[in-house]
Amino acid sequence: MAVRRWLKAWPVFRQLRGEDPSGRGEAAKSRHTAELRARVSTADEVVKSICPYCAVGCGQDVFVKDGRVIHIDGDPDSPISRGRLCPKGSASLQLTTGPGRWYEVLYRRPYGTEWERLGLDEAMDMIADRVIETRRQGWQWEENGVRVRRTMGIASLGGATLDNEENYLIKKLFTALGAIQIENQARI
Amino acid sequence: MAECHPVGFQWVMEAKARGATLIHVDPRFTRTSALADVHVSLRAGSDIAFLGGLVNHVLQNEADFREYVLAYTNAAAIVREDFRDTEDLDGVFSGLDTEHRTYDPATWQYEGADVPSVAGEGDEEFEERTQAGATIREAARVEAHGSGGAGVSGDIHTDETLRHPRCVYQILKRHFARYTPDMVEQVCGVPPDTFRQVCELVTANSGRERTTAFAYAVGWTQHTVGVQYIRTASILQSLLGNIGRPGGGILALRGHASIQGSTDIPTLFNLLPGYIPMPHAHADQTLESFIEAEGTVKGYWGNMRSYLVSLLKAWWGESATADNDYAFDYLPRLTGDHSTNETVLAQMEGTCKGYFLMGENPAVGSTNAKMQRLGMAALDWLVVRDFALIESATWWKDGPEIETRELRTEENGTEVFFLPAASHTEKSGSFTNTQRLLQWHREAVRPQGEARSDLWFTYHLGRRIREKLAGSTDDMDRPILDLTWDYPVHGDILEPDAEAVLVEINGHDARGAPLSAYTELKGDGSTTCGCWIYCGVYADGVNQADRRKPHTEQDWVAKEWGWAWPANRRILYNRASADPDGRPWSERKALLWWDPEHRRWSGPDVPDFQPDKPPDFRPAEGARGPDALRGTDAFVMQADGKAWLYAPAGVVDGPLPAHYEPHESPFTNPLYSQQSNPIRQVVKHPVNRYQPPGSPVFPYVTTTYRLTEHHTAGGMSRWVPYLAELMPEFFCEVSPELAAERGLEHLGWATIVSARTAVEARVLVTERMTPLTVQGRTLHQIGLPYHWGPNGYSTGDAANELAPVVLDPNTHIQESKAMACDIRPGRRPRGPALLEFVRDYRRRAGITDETGMEM
Amino acid sequence: MSQVSPGPPRMGFFTDTSVCIGCKACEVACKEWNAIPEDGLNLTGMSLDNTEKLDANTWRHVAFIEQRKPLAFQEPGVRHTGPVPDLATPPAEAPMTPMTPGEPGDLRWLMASDVCKHCTHAACLDVCPTGALFRTEFDTVVVQADVCNGCGYCIPACPYGVIDQRKEDGRAWKCTMCYDRIGDGLQPACAKACPTESIQYGPLDELRERASERLDTMHAAGVTDARLYGDDPNDGVGGTGAFFLLLDEPEVYGLPPDPVATTRDLPAMWRHAALAAAGLVGAGVIACLRSS
Repeated sequence: MAVRRWLKAWPVFRQLRGEDPSGRGEAAKSRHTAELRARVSTADEVVKSICPYCAVGCGQDVFVKDGRVIHIDGDPDSPISRGRLCPKGSASLQLTTGPGRWYEVLYRRPYGTEWERLGLDEAMDMIADRVIETRRQGWQWEENGVRVRRTMGIASLGGATLDNEENYLIKKLFTALGAIQIENQARI
Repeated sequence: MAECHPVGFQWVMEAKARGATLIHVDPRFTRTSALADVHVSLRAGSDIAFLGGLVNHVLQNEADFREYVLAYTNAAAIVREDFRDTEDLDGVFSGLDTEHRTYDPATWQYEGADVPSVAGEGDEEFEERTQAGATIREAARVEAHGSGGAGVSGDIHTDETLRHPRCVYQILKRHFARYTPDMVEQVCGVPPDTFRQVCELVTANSGRERTTAFAYAVGWTQHTVGVQYIRTASILQSLLGNIGRPGGGILALRGHASIQGSTDIPTLFNLLPGYIPMPHAHADQTLESFIEAEGTVKGYWGNMRSYLVSLLKAWWGESATADNDYAFDYLPRLTGDHSTNETVLAQMEGTCKGYFLMGENPAVGSTNAKMQRLGMAALDWLVVRDFALIESATWWKDGPEIETRELRTEENGTEVFFLPAASHTEKSGSFTNTQRLLQWHREAVRPQGEARSDLWFTYHLGRRIREKLAGSTDDMDRPILDLTWDYPVHGDILEPDAEAVLVEINGHDARGAPLSAYTELKGDGSTTCGCWIYCGVYADGVNQADRRKPHTEQDWVAKEWGWAWPANRRILYNRASADPDGRPWSERKALLWWDPEHRRWSGPDVPDFQPDKPPDFRPAEGARGPDALRGTDAFVMQADGKAWLYAPAGVVDGPLPAHYEPHESPFTNPLYSQQSNPIRQVVKHPVNRYQPPGSPVFPYVTTTYRLTEHHTAGGMSRWVPYLAELMPEFFCEVSPELAAERGLEHLGWATIVSARTAVEARVLVTERMTPLTVQGRTLHQIGLPYHWGPNGYSTGDAANELAPVVLDPNTHIQESKAMACDIRPGRRPRGPALLEFVRDYRRRAGITDETGMEM
Repeated sequence: MSQVSPGPPRMGFFTDTSVCIGCKACEVACKEWNAIPEDGLNLTGMSLDNTEKLDANTWRHVAFIEQRKPLAFQEPGVRHTGPVPDLATPPAEAPMTPMTPGEPGDLRWLMASDVCKHCTHAACLDVCPTGALFRTEFDTVVVQADVCNGCGYCIPACPYGVIDQRKEDGRAWKCTMCYDRIGDGLQPACAKACPTESIQYGPLDELRERASERLDTMHAAGVTDARLYGDDPNDGVGGTGAFFLLLDEPEVYGLPPDPVATTRDLPAMWRHAALAAAGLVGAGVIACLRSS
């Protein structure tokens, strides 16, 4: 059986048998070619998304297979983009899965000359301690005799590339901590 | 637009295919110009003169859409007798306080109107009444108008014939009379024939049957007069009847996925969610006195108490009660300008010691990048969250100051944490696009390694801080311990549920049911809402931002795709698309009309108006809030319901736009003897020295911009090989004439110099850059894309090293779109020699610490 | 000669360069879909084109051409007076971005996305000795990486200089018109991404009709130098599956004005080759049966 299959697949056999006497069409197809499918067609899941670059807000379809993103395409349903993407949007797969991504926490100690590795949990703990301490150091109940209830020790910048829900938590947390120097790209 | 918003540009191409005329006004001939019918090259920093010329053309020729102007604008309003225009005071308005570099806007008011009581503006009057010490005019108050304008109460005197010498229309006519085609040529370098062509195209395409749209980006905002650029366009579009109508408007093309959202739900110092101002410090301030000072009587800001109390309930839940003013005291207070550049100064001074950078790269992306880095170098600790090791994370190791030996790694004590961020495919959440449209993106996969979302980071940081402070009896810890901070988490990394946060933003009623509109909000503590303008995004318990009905299955407005604030309206002020009687101005441009049979507003869009308020509605005596607006008051967020041709309040640097030269300009102002915006915000600092106006040492104008192939400061493109290879390194664009004048070689190196520093770039000589004739002499302009920095796959100097920190007084946005500079062939000096090189330039230009500080 | 076989109609690309905005989405979408290697950082000085040409690692290439020519009634808003250098000067030696000479003050900026032409008479396919190159049921020409042995015969055969050898693996590569995608009823990646429909994909007959209408529109609008390129079945390659609306001579875009299939005389030779092949097959089949 194997031989027959092999024979059927043999280009020259197909060339003689089929309607492709020049051997440059169907007969020349390799098995790989014959079985070729668009990888988006065999994805486990299509997840609806929005392009992360500019504020046009183009729709994206994120194709997932075996727990990995295998392709990002324009979403044809979007009334804004109608499935199209610019070069940046088209590079979303490389942006999110490419060599530019960094996946480890790094730490530079004061006066240190190199990065060091630090666990995420430890880093979060250290940052929480820093916030508490700096907040207290920079605390003001009053300025010029008027109540201000704030800390001038801590500031934050960033948010225009983040989600609304993220900005909401940032504003909420820092305001409750008394930090007012909370800014983002919209100022710039 | 073709360069930076290519997919949005498909709609411009659609319009072109249907016969629309495309005019592109830009110093450079770009990919947008290539597809335009008319490209107008003008001097960077001269747009108010250009737009003012258009306004003058409309007024001189009475080409305005008179019925629209009379019905929907404040053209007929009469201004106080003691108002003095730039015409009277040679370039400044009445009320200028030269000592404090501020305006007192009292004389700008309407005649007959009481003191303005305005969302975001009224605090100034609070100031006057309370005589409190702190000045708050610096505090970006006008941004509180992000969802509407300032307000005025009282009985405004009007003259519907528009003949009264002090009516807005006549003031406008006199004010803009000097913006003639010849003056436009003197200021902008635009030949009169080209300018007349634009005037004719714009006016012929506006009116009852046709509309013209303006699109702009940060080329209009990054100026010391940025707000007034937009004001000039607003005046023009209001005169031409192009606001609130399909195909009209002034469209801000914003450059980050959710930069609109980060303004609506603001990570901004001066705002609370939904453009409610952050409170300023005042003695004995209560919730009531705050609302009295900040709210308005008429219009939707009249309901500010409902918005604010619902926000306080969302944040402090059970701890926010009527007895404690709904925890209003928990909000920290402002005492002036606390914007990002002020923060940098505070870092250098040692006040601000800890800094979070979340998806932002100021070491490349902010003006005077050196100042940004020196601020970071003075910190105790810095947390950087990004995809890769951006320049803001590594300046202590390999930044430009290490090379110049201004900083030494082993002597720098800043502790730096780098935490990798999750991408949009690795988290759920909503982005608000440039049209105020919220669109949900769903998590596709879990982030790898230690990459986490900012939602995760913020939630878990807050959780840890609360755990560490648990049991504290210190009053300063009450706001953080009383905070509602109980979000469900899922998965092995304990990712917070973004939809639960959206539910909180949307708000709920006393029974816990999601609200469907901000009109349901109450000021008695029975409702919660994290951002009033977003109320309704979770109406009926459904994530409206995640609606994805294909555009092929709905009408052209596509209301069932995502959700636009407010109330899913797609075109703001769309009441103005119909005439005063409620009939569309034309069938071609029909969007909303009054249906007398059903007594409702009808049409493809959601009415931006009370849906059952008839065109002939007249408010009852003493009515408040939206009920105080008439059936023809289309501009519902304005306290008088009108589009403002003249701004009697709300803009700190004048009720009308006037052309002022950029802070650093090679020219003197031909319009007025006032050279620059008298109240522009200057920063006196040794690393922020300014150039004198008209200096022959800095004879050229430079402007910064983006390329299609890269994104802002490069964090999302310089590390992406497929993008990096398309635009592999930093370059400057110059004309062949400038190349000849300065001996610049195509593909060679050039050094571009300002009073701050010098950068080097490869040279592209192209006829797309054109010399202009300005005030009788040849002006060369230099184009600098600003995406690069020393890190990443594609590298280069950062254009933002050159720009000064000098700011628009309304928004505190920096002037990076028009600067003066020098250019010379060859690479820049290395190491400490660079500092000496720039010092020499400063010496030659006679720069001292006082240069540029004059008013 | 193309295959006459039942099945889908001949599919192709119509690239309307008059609406190209030079965004290069096609280049990136192509690379992302086909996982083509990034091929280095090189600022070329040829306007905003840093890709230069089609090759093994670039299957879509956007050319940018600056010209001192008017675009119908466009007002370009630039003012220049000096001469422009001879176009023959290599970009690296030129004093400025290469520019088609003309009247000072005129300026137009042409952008065009180039791609494999998927010729009717495809010389690359004709000369391929391994059957790596084949003609698909869509009448497109595709090279099969699993068959290609890297002999390189196809490379000089292409009259457009499209197909190219990848240094890393020695094999020949070029645009497949996303054979895997179109087989599943999807558009090729470049056409899907293109923001302004400059790249259109579809049945070739329909595209040719649309192109001819577009050409009429352009002429009526005063763009008199607009022309189609590759749409003529009587040209030297029998017409192409990927054809273009250009706004100037093909040479301006780096395209040959009169491409000729280098293998135009091959059909006469085929009869001899077929006989030889038949002999080989007979021997092969016998050998197989024996060994089983």
